[in-house]
Amino acid sequence: MTTTDTLVPFAEAMERYEPVIGLETHVELGTRTKMFCGCTTIFGAEPNTQVCPVCLGLPGSLPVVNRVAIEYTIRIGLALNCTIATWCRFARKNYFYPDMPKNFQISQYDEPLCTNGWLDVPVAERTFRVGIERVHLEEDTGKSQHVGGATGRIHGAEYSLVDYNRAGIPLVEIVTKPVEGTGAAAPEVARAYVTELRDLVRALGVSDVRMEEGSLRSDVNVSLAPRGSGYWGKRTETKNVNSLRSVERAVRFEIERQAAVLDAGERVIQETRHFHEDTGTTTSGRSKEEAQDYRYFPEPDLVPVAPPADWVAQIRAALPEAPTARRARLQAEWGLRDAEMTALSNAGALDLVAETVAAGAPPSDARKWWLGELARRANDAGLELADLAITPAQVARVAELVSSGVLNDRLARDVIDAVLAGEGTPDEVVAARGLAVVSDEGALIAAVDEAIAAHPDIAARVREGKGAAAGPLVGAVMRATGGKADAARVRQLILDRLSWGQADGGTTITG
Amino acid sequence: MTRELTRMTAAELSAALAAGQVSAVEVTRAHLDRIAAVDDRVHAFLHVAADSALAQAADVDESRRAGEELGPLAGVPVAVKDLFTTIGMPTTCGSRILAGWHPPYDATITRRLKQAGAVIVGKTNMDEFAMGSSTENSAFGPSRNPWDLDRVPGGSSGGSSAAVAAYEAPLAIGTDTGGSIRQPAAVCGIVGTKPTYGGSSRYGVVAFASSLDTPGPLARTVLDAALLHEAMSGHDPCDSTSIDAPVPPVVAAAREGDVSGMRIGVVTELGGDGYQPGVLSRFAEAVELLESLGAKVTEVSCPHFRYALPAYYLIAPSECSSNLARFDAMRYGLRAGDDGTRDAEEVMALTRAEGFGAEVKRRVILGTYALSSGYYDAYYGKAQQVRTLIIRDFDAAFGQADVLVSPSTPTTAFGIGERADDPMAMYLADLCTIPSDLAGNAAISVPCGLAPEDALPVGLQVMAPALADDRMYRVAAAAEAAFTDRWGQPLLAQAKGL
Repeated sequence: MTTTDTLVPFAEAMERYEPVIGLETHVELGTRTKMFCGCTTIFGAEPNTQVCPVCLGLPGSLPVVNRVAIEYTIRIGLALNCTIATWCRFARKNYFYPDMPKNFQISQYDEPLCTNGWLDVPVAERTFRVGIERVHLEEDTGKSQHVGGATGRIHGAEYSLVDYNRAGIPLVEIVTKPVEGTGAAAPEVARAYVTELRDLVRALGVSDVRMEEGSLRSDVNVSLAPRGSGYWGKRTETKNVNSLRSVERAVRFEIERQAAVLDAGERVIQETRHFHEDTGTTTSGRSKEEAQDYRYFPEPDLVPVAPPADWVAQIRAALPEAPTARRARLQAEWGLRDAEMTALSNAGALDLVAETVAAGAPPSDARKWWLGELARRANDAGLELADLAITPAQVARVAELVSSGVLNDRLARDVIDAVLAGEGTPDEVVAARGLAVVSDEGALIAAVDEAIAAHPDIAARVREGKGAAAGPLVGAVMRATGGKADAARVRQLILDRLSWGQADGGTTITG
Repeated sequence: MTRELTRMTAAELSAALAAGQVSAVEVTRAHLDRIAAVDDRVHAFLHVAADSALAQAADVDESRRAGEELGPLAGVPVAVKDLFTTIGMPTTCGSRILAGWHPPYDATITRRLKQAGAVIVGKTNMDEFAMGSSTENSAFGPSRNPWDLDRVPGGSSGGSSAAVAAYEAPLAIGTDTGGSIRQPAAVCGIVGTKPTYGGSSRYGVVAFASSLDTPGPLARTVLDAALLHEAMSGHDPCDSTSIDAPVPPVVAAAREGDVSGMRIGVVTELGGDGYQPGVLSRFAEAVELLESLGAKVTEVSCPHFRYALPAYYLIAPSECSSNLARFDAMRYGLRAGDDGTRDAEEVMALTRAEGFGAEVKRRVILGTYALSSGYYDAYYGKAQQVRTLIIRDFDAAFGQADVLVSPSTPTTAFGIGERADDPMAMYLADLCTIPSDLAGNAAISVPCGLAPEDALPVGLQVMAPALADDRMYRVAAAAEAAFTDRWGQPLLAQAKGL
């Protein structure tokens, strides 16, 4: 256990220490069936309904490799500029845990499928080249749920439930080489790397990469050494950091914590740590005494994997445009500066904007909506942009309604709110709420003018500034329009008509 | 029928069934009666499936009446080693840790037997998780040798060999990892085959050592073994190590039984010191017999065979330490100490302590050690290199000879309890059989007489290259025919234990 809970402020830590980071990222592949059996991989099914003798590890059952998983892994390896092995084997990683059906995990050890690649990662005005050590394939474990107890961890729990639906889902592990020379940019580099990797994997069509479902999880390695010391410090490995923001926070926290440890003249303990989303802190996990010996050996139930060169060549030829190349192309097409483009990427809005543009919106509009209004909504709701209940096509439609004058910006915000609230498509919302500015406005204004003419006394009082007196006028207009008008809008129109020269620019008639 | 049904071979039963001289139900009932009469003494079975066997037999009779095309094993009883998964029957592997486990799926071989119409009469006893050479490591007590009930029937497939030798079933399946089919067949005076590795599916065979485990047949004649071999074999997409090639024509080879012009290599290293004299003399006679039948006999040397046993006792325990890790009380089988006060880790440890026998624990510990970081290269890694050298020895030997021969075991059946406390002595029982397991080639044991000093059966082992299983059947069938001529009756007719 570290004895210090104090932290050194980040900027100060960076004055004295140089970080080295490394990331191990697990991506669940989006294959239709599991890694070694025919069970389906759909997320969210009733516990233990997507299982068979193989993924339950029943005595006598045997694994058979999913060819599509091999292909997907090669796709990732090629996109990460890796060398693809001409011959490699699976290995057994032996350790006991209740959510591991066989008490060994079929993984790869010293013969990974892909090795020695790199990924370029843009951070602010710079691009960092992150070396890729290896990309290998393994099977996921089941999922334990520890019931009772305070921590949600196995210790102290009353009992545990295990769901084996996830057991055997193909998992790709992507391990970076140590990343040096980032300096104070280390947290941003870590985040940008995972972002870049996520976009790449998504572009390759090998996983839907939903971080909140755990289909992309990163372990973050951090070490610190005094600036100019020429050596690397002892590293910690923070496990299962499950969002982009958390990746950045975990690196930042570990730098601040390790700096405090080193400042106090103590040693950083090489250990596994847990990240806590709520506090943004890490705590010590398994200690050194419990260090595992996984007793790796070649999996005797499987034959070696030897991808033929022509197959690999075919996979290479069919690779989609790499995100970096695509980003450069889109940046040129949209006429954005580097920083604007980076902001777009970091917000996770690149694909959304691209799809919105593809659906017909001008790039500036698409960017404005996603980075403005929608980013605020996502932030308020604690969601990723992509998880908002609005599609790029719907955003494009809103933009179109604005540019054609049907909506103004304020009404468009109302429409977006309604779409997010599940009230339907933008057109449905406009129709249902009578939010359109122009088309119905003429009829509405006629009704307002009629009502004013019919109730000159009330109109006079409103004109004197007694806005609250407008009620009967609103009622008259609502009756006249058969209740289809938006009452708030009607009130506003009445007030506008009766207050010369004081109309609110945001809501006036545009046509 | 004039002859007792239980004394008939599978081929004879098959012919009688096809000719309508007897029904599958009658055949099954005769064998169930025999089991009821003798198995309290032999203890070949851990589970007798009387009801399902009779139902299966009735189905076969029905199909035959309906004029369906049936295979040669339709209606023929078969006993199944208790590590093949079977729907509707327990599968214990001879272990307390799996007592009462009913698998929800059939092994590929179980399924193929059922599809062939073979009637599964029950599950046979075995050394726990196939680790042993005597069935004394069964958690449910040893089986006994029908030649002498105070002796072991060999192992680990000793329940299967005892059942066949005691006429409780004409056929049985077992698995051979270090000799677990050939050694019990040899000491029970019957025929046992280890097919080419990958020739018979391991799907649904509870694993001991994955790179070695090979399911195969036990029978009273070479032809019967071939019939079962053919029915159970063939490519299985559920087993990645299964060979996608046609099954060698073993039945045709067993019917031919011809060694004229064949080059037969006697392996120098499998004989001499430490072998029982009567075993060596019967083996020498068998070689002479084959020569008299027209074979060309030569001596071949396989210098690395002397390292086979130590290499085996690193590779097999290493794999078993991993394969047996799944028995942890979480999903099936025994759960010990789960009284609400203990965590999962403790329950796992208590269950494994209580559920596994001494030999299983010994091998799990050995294997765990051999795979540990820092020891891997010296033990598991080195053993794999030895394995490669043994494969090369075989390759060279098969360059000089079409088949290789040796005694199947260094001694005849030993007494119950005689080696139980001496693992090294027990391990020597597999001295002759282990090389073929390490190399993955095919081998068969066929009776070649009784050792003069104890009047117990001796086995002749015939080894063939991978996928040339038919070649050894040809030799074994020729030897069997010549011996039977000489003895005037099958060897087993002299068994006096029952």
